[in-house]
Amino acid sequence: MATSVRATSDGSPRSSRTAPRLSGDPGPPAGWRAKLFRLDTKASPYVYIAPFFLCFAAFGLFPLIYTGWLSFNEVQLGTHATWVGARNYRELWDNSFFWGALRNTFTLGVISTVPQLLMALGLAHLLNYKLRARGFFRVAILAPYATSIAAATLVFVQLFNPDYGMINQLLGHVGIGHVQWSSSKWPAQIAISAIVTWRWTGYNALIYLAAMQAVPADLYEAAALDGASRWRQFISVTIPSIRPTIFFTIIVSTIGATQLFGEPLMFGGTVGYSGGTDHQYQTLSLYMYDKGWQIGELGQASAVAWVMLLILLLIGAVQLLVMRANRRKLGG
Amino acid sequence: MADITQPIAGTAPRRSDPATKRRRLRAGGAGKQQNGGPIAYAFLILATLLSLFPLYWTVVAASRTDTELVTPPTPLLPGSHLIDNLKIVWDQVDMTKALINSTIVAGCVALSTVLFATLAGFAFAKLQFRGRNALLTVVVTTMTIPPQLTVIPLYQIVSNIGWVGHIQSVILPSLVAAFGVFFMRQFLSEALPVELIEAARVDGAHSLRIIWHVVFPIARPAMAVLGMLVFVQSWNDFFWPFIALNQQNPTVQVALQGLGSGDHTINHAVVVCGALVATLPLLLVFAVLGKQIVGGITAGAVKS
Repeated sequence: MATSVRATSDGSPRSSRTAPRLSGDPGPPAGWRAKLFRLDTKASPYVYIAPFFLCFAAFGLFPLIYTGWLSFNEVQLGTHATWVGARNYRELWDNSFFWGALRNTFTLGVISTVPQLLMALGLAHLLNYKLRARGFFRVAILAPYATSIAAATLVFVQLFNPDYGMINQLLGHVGIGHVQWSSSKWPAQIAISAIVTWRWTGYNALIYLAAMQAVPADLYEAAALDGASRWRQFISVTIPSIRPTIFFTIIVSTIGATQLFGEPLMFGGTVGYSGGTDHQYQTLSLYMYDKGWQIGELGQASAVAWVMLLILLLIGAVQLLVMRANRRKLGG
Repeated sequence: MADITQPIAGTAPRRSDPATKRRRLRAGGAGKQQNGGPIAYAFLILATLLSLFPLYWTVVAASRTDTELVTPPTPLLPGSHLIDNLKIVWDQVDMTKALINSTIVAGCVALSTVLFATLAGFAFAKLQFRGRNALLTVVVTTMTIPPQLTVIPLYQIVSNIGWVGHIQSVILPSLVAAFGVFFMRQFLSEALPVELIEAARVDGAHSLRIIWHVVFPIARPAMAVLGMLVFVQSWNDFFWPFIALNQQNPTVQVALQGLGSGDHTINHAVVVCGALVATLPLLLVFAVLGKQIVGGITAGAVKS
């Protein structure tokens, strides 16, 4: 493909002059037209990608770097920044709420992504069977994706209400008493994870399904000939074949989990800013908002943001290493 | 992160002839020949119920009174107070303004993202230029930058020029998204034959004509899907609108937040009713165009 494209972009001005079917045309009157044409082919790709990169430079890269600079300053909204060196980071290091937020982000991330992706994998496998009403199932499991964080959370807050919520009523029927879904730490984190999982499982299942459908059928035929059971086929044919897609979803979900904000904020209602009365589900993102917009210390908030960046880079590096190792091991 | 494109590309069929591909898709896959057993149906029905029940219950709770809602057993059938609750929603927050704002924001963001993403996606898919692969890697990498890393300076700028509480502060930073560029690139590298561009060039068409007469017509279905996806995303966006706007001039999501934690006494049925108002427009879109959206999501993630 690459070669044919190159042939076009370099060869077309010449071919327009020599092409036999254009011989009736007067042809380019002078060199400037051919030059313009060549300039057009050379420059136009950059013109097409310019809007994206300009937008990214202005609203992505610049603020990203500027946040890094702010993290070494003391600055409130509307005041000039004063350089304080690494003080903001030192203060974070000594702050137990920061460590709590870091831990919560990690635990919430794990319990909201791992079950979600495993269930999505299972659902995709089921949807890959020959089914009646296949289209209906697909749209149905994707429906939660159409709801917003805010709307979904407000509804789940009702379902998870410890006193009158439906979930505690159901649990009561099987003998599990009164779970404190908001005031105690793990139940609250599980409830928040349930919102995330509900919204995203179907979406990931459809992505897996598409990858599964691209797996060549002969792989399964060969496995079946070797006497592999359905489960065995799933483990040794399906999973390795869609490995790249699995990595893709892991990366996307991890990034999403690192920035969890709306769900815990709205789950907490009026105490949402602090992530619950006892900060029991305060994420890094909430902590940053608390520092920046409730307390007004933008410098400290910037330091929290850059800690998030460092964490993401770390996760990215680990995932890259795992991916490489995995590919080597499986020879993919 | 740079590797994201390659593994995805690796999953796709090598041949890009659409007919072959469709045949392969139909033939391929674990269970395509195997019929789903009763257990498969049981699990799928369970998943469907779990997915749809909270949506159904939103309608139930939105049409009940606060007292009915907080008195167990929780109601499971719709009540008769939907209109009353809607009235209170409109009393407590400026929902009309919020709906208009959200429509404007999501509409502008979707239109401009589709336009710019198609241009950039076309360049990355079909044009040869220096630094193409490196720049594409940059595009993909930018998808991993969370908004938390940019909102502080953006907020400073927005408040310096007096745009806090104005919707342009929400529209401008989202004019084009990396996801869209990648999505259109994936689509166009399969769907747009190089010969068509070559032929247009031979006929002396300059690049704008090629865009208008060759690229746009072929990209139209993908542009429609991308437009819907971006509209949904933008409509549901919360973090930056929540920071940049306020209850005087909110988007729907910001208004919902106000409804759930505002100064007024919280009426739970009314809060859920607000959630219903915010979700209904998108659910209607889903009901009509669900199939296309399903196709679009899977295409964006997997096709090469």
